[in-house]
Amino acid sequence: MLYDVLIVGGGPAGLGAAINAAKAGASVLLLDENHLLGGQLFKQIHKFFGSQDHYAGWRGIDIGQKLLREAAEAGVKIKLNSRVVGCLEDGLISVYEEQTGKLIGYKSKKVILAVGAKENAVSFPGWTLPGVMTAGAAQTFANVHGVLPGKKILVIGSGNVGLIVSYQLTQAGADIVAIVDALPGISGYGVHASKVSRLGIPFYLKHTISRASGEDRVQSAEIVQIDKSFDPIPGTEKQFKVDTVLLAVGLSPKVELATMLGCDFHYEPRLGGHTILHDKNMETSVKGVYVCGDLAGVEEASTALEEGRLAGVAAAESLGYLEPSQALRLKKDIWKNLNELRKGTFGEARRDAKEHLLTMLKEVGSGRVV
Amino acid sequence: MCRIINHPIVEREERKNVTIYVDGKKLEAKEGEMIAAALLANNIHTFRYTKKQREPRGIFCGIGQCNDCVMIVDGVPNTRTCVTPVRDGMVITTQKGLGKIGDHNAL
Ligand SMILES: Cc1cc2nc3c(=O)[nH]c(=O)nc-3n(C[C@H](O)[C@H](O)[C@H](O)COP(=O)(O)OP(=O)(O)OC[C@H]3O[C@@H](n4cnc5c(N)ncnc54)[C@H](O)[C@@H]3O)c2cc1C
Ligand code: FES
Repeated sequence: MLYDVLIVGGGPAGLGAAINAAKAGASVLLLDENHLLGGQLFKQIHKFFGSQDHYAGWRGIDIGQKLLREAAEAGVKIKLNSRVVGCLEDGLISVYEEQTGKLIGYKSKKVILAVGAKENAVSFPGWTLPGVMTAGAAQTFANVHGVLPGKKILVIGSGNVGLIVSYQLTQAGADIVAIVDALPGISGYGVHASKVSRLGIPFYLKHTISRASGEDRVQSAEIVQIDKSFDPIPGTEKQFKVDTVLLAVGLSPKVELATMLGCDFHYEPRLGGHTILHDKNMETSVKGVYVCGDLAGVEEASTALEEGRLAGVAAAESLGYLEPSQALRLKKDIWKNLNELRKGTFGEARRDAKEHLLTMLKEVGSGRVV
Repeated sequence: MCRIINHPIVEREERKNVTIYVDGKKLEAKEGEMIAAALLANNIHTFRYTKKQREPRGIFCGIGQCNDCVMIVDGVPNTRTCVTPVRDGMVITTQKGLGKIGDHNAL
């Protein structure tokens, strides 16, 4: 069957896109490599903030449940355990089906990529030892699987993921011994930082991890102060008896599939590095191919959801399922929500970066045509 | 044991116990949970050893992206344990090096 819209990735961005395109009347196929939909949402057990009509006070897990219901009601066709491994030049999307071991090709009129981001790592002596893992891994084990990956934990990185995960692991019964950051200030939101401080977790700023040691598992970790040029200052080493070291050192958009399709990209550190260029409708330099969520610049679950909705509405409009005036009304609402969400010091930096990206895109269709 | 009991926010339904065999040892797991979760709950953190240096590896990304957590599962090497659910009677073996199809040394 030829679907109107094929969506890769069922996190908040992909779900938002699927719901909105399907509600408008388009036939939608949503693919995810995981055995569950929701992307990162089901590990987000904290309450969101933002505008009132924007899930403020809701937890990620509850938003996830609501989106799953809406997607089912809208008639979205969902295929799980289906990993998109290639996007070919003629628009053929190759999917590896985990259960059957088969490779299947799909074609659709529009493609929306919503594959999210991957966590960055830092390397240091001992970083491959069991017990050193990404903060997202610990968040997944504690909040989704109900198992603590360790009891005494050192966290590297004071961005929002580092702060939120430290708080959540404490809730789950772990002991966070310290949060370390190379920068002179805490990188995440003040709200999260003060929640963590109230728990009595110390911050070591202008510090970095210099090693993790242990036989078959981390038994201790060493941090060291660094100077202005990020070089370690000898004699300032500190040892911690820990069984786990978490890396919370940022996320990068998963641009591989989009670049395979020929979408133009740009390096934008404020959005996580290489980011796919798109217009105000989330359409890329390749006509008919849209991006949304972390892939279009790492932000938050709430912005990912809105960007997904935008892509869904825009794709449905270009297929003729929505009148231009009808579509414009919907899009105006979403643009307003996105502006609301991109407020405050952090939000404004992201908004500026996003606006810069808009100017970088020459025009939709300036790249290869699918 | 590092199973989280009485989480202040997340409510979890009681799940049936199943039996898995890890390097020949009989262990308890929860029905449908990921192999890696069952192993961590049983305090197992080393999942494999690398081919050349024989260094230990465990979980790293937790979501199927990095391949650090692979083991031999029911004879299939390089199985990502963080995204593969347990099955009653499953035989899991610490992988040494690249692993061979049919490797089984449990039971
Ligand atoms: C580990 C981690 C933890 C985070 N924690 C928080 C947090 O606590 N709070 C917060 O606000 N933000 C957090 N974020 C940031 C993130 O921006 C958003 O929360 C949000 O989930 C992004 O939505 P998304 O839909 O773009 O991507 P995701 O939610 O990551 O969804 C992407 C989906 O695509 C699927 N996928 C990827 N590649 C393929 C493929 N090739 N084929 C098929 N399917 C594929 C994945 O399985 C996944 O379901 C976190 C991000 C990560 C990576
Ligand atoms: S821990 Fe990365 S694939 Fe399993």
